[in-house]
Amino acid sequence: MDKTINQKAWFLVLPVFLVVAFSAVLPLMTVVNYSMQDTFGNNQFFWNGVGWFKELLDPSTDLGGRFLASLGRNLFFSLVILAIEVPLGIVIALSMPRQGWTVAACLVILALPLLIPWNVVGTIWQIFGRPDIGLMGYVLNHIGIDYNYVSNDIDAWVTVIVMDVWHWTSLVALLCYAGLKSIPEAYYQAAQIDGASRWAVFKAIQLPKMNRVLLIAVLLRFMDSFMIYTEPFVVTGGGPGNSTTFVSIELVKIALGQFDLGKAAALSLVYNLIILIVCWIFYTVMTNAGTERKHQEGAV
Amino acid sequence: MARIDLVDLAHSYGGNDAPQDSFALKPVTMTWRQGGAYALLGPSGCGKTTLLNVISGIITPSRGKILFDGEDITPLSTQKRNIAQVFQFPVIYDTMTVGQNLAFPLKNRGVPKAEIDKRVAEIGRLLDLEPYLNRKATRLTADAKQKISLGRGLVRSDVAAVLFDEPLTVIDPELKWQLRSKLKALHRELDLTMIYVTHDQTEALTFADTVVVMHDGRVVQSGTPAELFDRPAHTFVGYFIGSPGMNIIPAEVRGREAKIDGHVVGLNRSYDSLPAGAKIEIGVRPEFVETVAPAPGLLSAKIERIDDLGRIRFARTRLGDAKLAARAPAGFTSSDGTAGLKFDPSHIHVYADSLLVEGAA
Repeated sequence: MDKTINQKAWFLVLPVFLVVAFSAVLPLMTVVNYSMQDTFGNNQFFWNGVGWFKELLDPSTDLGGRFLASLGRNLFFSLVILAIEVPLGIVIALSMPRQGWTVAACLVILALPLLIPWNVVGTIWQIFGRPDIGLMGYVLNHIGIDYNYVSNDIDAWVTVIVMDVWHWTSLVALLCYAGLKSIPEAYYQAAQIDGASRWAVFKAIQLPKMNRVLLIAVLLRFMDSFMIYTEPFVVTGGGPGNSTTFVSIELVKIALGQFDLGKAAALSLVYNLIILIVCWIFYTVMTNAGTERKHQEGAV
Repeated sequence: MARIDLVDLAHSYGGNDAPQDSFALKPVTMTWRQGGAYALLGPSGCGKTTLLNVISGIITPSRGKILFDGEDITPLSTQKRNIAQVFQFPVIYDTMTVGQNLAFPLKNRGVPKAEIDKRVAEIGRLLDLEPYLNRKATRLTADAKQKISLGRGLVRSDVAAVLFDEPLTVIDPELKWQLRSKLKALHRELDLTMIYVTHDQTEALTFADTVVVMHDGRVVQSGTPAELFDRPAHTFVGYFIGSPGMNIIPAEVRGREAKIDGHVVGLNRSYDSLPAGAKIEIGVRPEFVETVAPAPGLLSAKIERIDDLGRIRFARTRLGDAKLAARAPAGFTSSDGTAGLKFDPSHIHVYADSLLVEGAA
């Protein structure tokens, strides 16, 4: 063993340790700490063990009921926007031009909604949908549709969903467009020779070649919509009633509205865990698809 | 199953108004007979793939017509043209099995299921794909994939022609040979018109009954391999076919004599009416020039090197400014680096502005 032992290397790694400790580990441990305790103010804390977690996972309690309801709403929201944005994004990508100056124009128009901050998107739709001064709200009410997102649950949901579709379908479309562009021209020519219909071309060539980018699109859109806070909060504030209160809105209500730090900490840990698990599932599926591809290439 | 006629066909990627020199495919009129095995041979960029894509309908020609059995199909789309084409790189439908891949062209045309199964089984057998028919096509090797592409081209029994666009590029040499023989056998068995694009003369000459040589967007000669070898209609054909290619040497030709570098070489035919002002060259294949010991009356050349190809040796020589390859018979050596050249007069051709001139007997 002629290895030179040089402990100086630790000093080089130290800054990273410090940054990570302060930015991630300490805050997380604070949350874990809170989740085990109860407080009645005055900076006095009492040990509560796993009490909050038990309550959280028991739907018959107030906390558990609210968590389950908001989780259900959130999952429903994510499924609806995925069901709309993914097919719509594919259709937009398919109908985009392949070359010429129109490509650049389409890309810019598509990218615009993605560049607008969440808060601003919420404000835009909040005003756009108002029945008294908003263009959409006013026009809808004027032509006889009773639309009011402040008082009607369904109207509120429709507004939040349409807003998300408007904001994020572009992302799916751009990803799909990139996937489509990578298909060699020979595939289309071969399909022509084989007499494939437009639908057959889509099913046999375009969709299989897009599956990787689609997986990424679904992952990004699911995670993002599952963590959604700003836009619905600005538009509906979680209402009417609790009808558009998603998990993160509920979390903020408990933590900052009621100042129940223990409950909020327990909720955010479970919330975090759910997101980690979903991420892990997607990641596994994606890397599996990747290794499968490598196997094929290895065979070649 | 059809005769294919090309009538004054031309294509320019820059549109019909572009100068004719820039056309990727210059006007061509020719006939492909039903059941023939054709090869389109030429260097990269000579327009052979353009011609192929025009026939299959991927490109609409700027000018002229294509007739299948006398019927004008120029405006028809690829789908309606009843033609099959195999591309340079394998195209595989990832989600399907090998069998489904083979069945795809038939399924799209609404062929009854029993008929599809029969054809797929037959093509699978002919291409040795039987063990893989139920396997996913994505997991196979590149040459198996290309076999599937070939199979999709051959699976339809009613096609006017099957077009191959350098289909064996991705296959390694050993298998290439096998697949080429297989294609030839399939051609006999299936009675299809096949057009095979390649830049490899061996591939063209072994596959085809008729080889069509293209150069710079023009069809310069079409004929049997023997015709191309013995009587190249264009200096390009002479040079491109054969290894080494034909010697093309500037000469002054008068009557039955050609004057090269001040020496006179006798010709078998008489050339009295050569076009005035044209660039006159003679062409002779290295196989028909022999190096011998220098002697008076023989053209004398400087030997640069001798290539030993095993069965045969070729001497690379220099004649003034021109280069000339010649057969070096067994036992030939040169002590001073020069050699006399003996020509076989019956195999000397005369070219005016690169085109073959027929002499008078």
